[in-house]
Amino acid sequence: MKKSFKGRAVVPGTASGEAVVSRRGFNILASMQRDLMGKKAEVRCSDQNNPDAFGRALSGRILCLPRTIGSTTGGMVLQAAAALGKAPAALLFSEPIDSLAAGGVILAKVWNGRDIVTVDGLGDEFLAAVENGAAISVEADGIVTIETA
Amino acid sequence: MYSPTMRLTEDERIILEGGRGEALRKAMESVVRFGDVFGADRLVDLDHGVHLVTSFGIPLLGPVFDMMDELIAAGLETPEPFTVDPRPYDFANVPVGPIERLVFTKVMYAKQKDYEAQLRKVGLKDGRAFTCACYFDEVGNVPKRGANLAWAESSAVVYANSVLGARSNRNSGVLELMCGIVGKAPRFGFLTDEGRQASWIVELKTTGLPEAQLLGSAIGMQVVEDVPYIRGLDRYLGGTLDDRAKDYLKDLGAASASNGAVGLYHVDGLTPEAKDLGEALVRKDARVYVIDDAEIERVKAGYPMMWKNADSKPTRCFIGCPHLSRAQLYGWLERLEASLSAAGRKRVAVPTVLTTAPDVAAAFRADAAAAARLEATGATLSSICPLMYMNNPLCGKKPVITNSNKLRTYTKARYYTDADILAMVTGGRA
Repeated sequence: MKKSFKGRAVVPGTASGEAVVSRRGFNILASMQRDLMGKKAEVRCSDQNNPDAFGRALSGRILCLPRTIGSTTGGMVLQAAAALGKAPAALLFSEPIDSLAAGGVILAKVWNGRDIVTVDGLGDEFLAAVENGAAISVEADGIVTIETA
Repeated sequence: MYSPTMRLTEDERIILEGGRGEALRKAMESVVRFGDVFGADRLVDLDHGVHLVTSFGIPLLGPVFDMMDELIAAGLETPEPFTVDPRPYDFANVPVGPIERLVFTKVMYAKQKDYEAQLRKVGLKDGRAFTCACYFDEVGNVPKRGANLAWAESSAVVYANSVLGARSNRNSGVLELMCGIVGKAPRFGFLTDEGRQASWIVELKTTGLPEAQLLGSAIGMQVVEDVPYIRGLDRYLGGTLDDRAKDYLKDLGAASASNGAVGLYHVDGLTPEAKDLGEALVRKDARVYVIDDAEIERVKAGYPMMWKNADSKPTRCFIGCPHLSRAQLYGWLERLEASLSAAGRKRVAVPTVLTTAPDVAAAFRADAAAAARLEATGATLSSICPLMYMNNPLCGKKPVITNSNKLRTYTKARYYTDADILAMVTGGRA
């Protein structure tokens, strides 16, 4: 079965892959700092306060979240991850995007030529429908499709 | 080429199209795209210097340092000098062990010196510009009422908006530098009159003046990122923004900005916009949050205990996150002395660090008698960022106590009220 949702394409583009779901605010610094500092090939979520995403691979995945939270360095960490090719392939927000995430995806695009496909305003239903590991595809017009079992 | 949604002037468009060079184009495009995401209608000129949140040379931010090099190579700097958050370590006044030191200088903040050199080239005010409380008179990054700003440090943004009546959004780190470089900020949110309207009324019904750090925490957790209009606080703080009121509001704001994401609050009869506009600032559909003594207690009791062993003896105490004002510094000196004397002790029982802006520290140290008195208590004075210090995993896992709700939120430090902290560090009570 397929379920589709429509949001606003903040950084338009197409992406497909496996969902990582954070049902609470996603703390970028707490989630990505450990493996970026450790120069790991793949960044896994290291935020112990986020049981949904903790331990899951983030690089190249489709990160589904309400919004980001935490230190205002979050945007820079996201930019750094993107520049190193270790960021999620897409960020899908159920809420309107927050300033940290917006700063990060914009800096990555403008300064590093790296697009993290970003869609916001997908609604609470989107976050309720998506599960870790689900196959997701994102279209340039902000249409997000979840393959459900 | 990026095609903006907002209206741009001819000059802004030329910059966006690369007419003044590639680095300035990228800075402008960053600012314009950011504004477009949030529905800004246009850019406005900054009326005042920026304040940067990123004060630390953490190697994982390599792309940020490359970007700084691009700005420097293009000869770009902010038109007004800027200030920046405090430094992450201060070995002279906050001593650490050899391995902790190695982690600070070779791992966590290995790029500190390089990054500070970059900051100087793009417009840093001076070597004393490292503080979260840039708005102290001694530091001098004090915007006027109504001034358009682009700051990022959350405790400084909420102070500038609420206490000074200036206008800054809660910007993402680096975006504030981009705004500084182009000298403009996108007009949305707190830069508009509509964005400064309150959607919450906070009714203060406590039997006395609550701890600023607890009142701010309660408000932040309840309203998250909305604007609250606080009634009943002027009963205790009066109707004038004197040192006591400003210091209280500084700490309340920092707690509300970190325990929630508050960027602006109004205090009935006290803060500048509330004094002029009163309840006209409150939206018709505003919700009400009543805070009484029980509510303050409930919030405090809800803080998780992050120490491995709750009975550990504290190995360090940080007082001053955000940095202490000059009046607060003298206040703590007097209270430490009085409490030590009452406990029959000469020196603090827990290594205690009072943190303040470098310019305030310099003024305090110039008062040789006061500096000697502080030294006699055994407490030290530093301009460190306790939060960055605690980010060192070796330091962060030690039992640290603090009177800062911001430090509690971002680290494993344990929060106590001012009175409890005083009793603990002076040996009155363990």
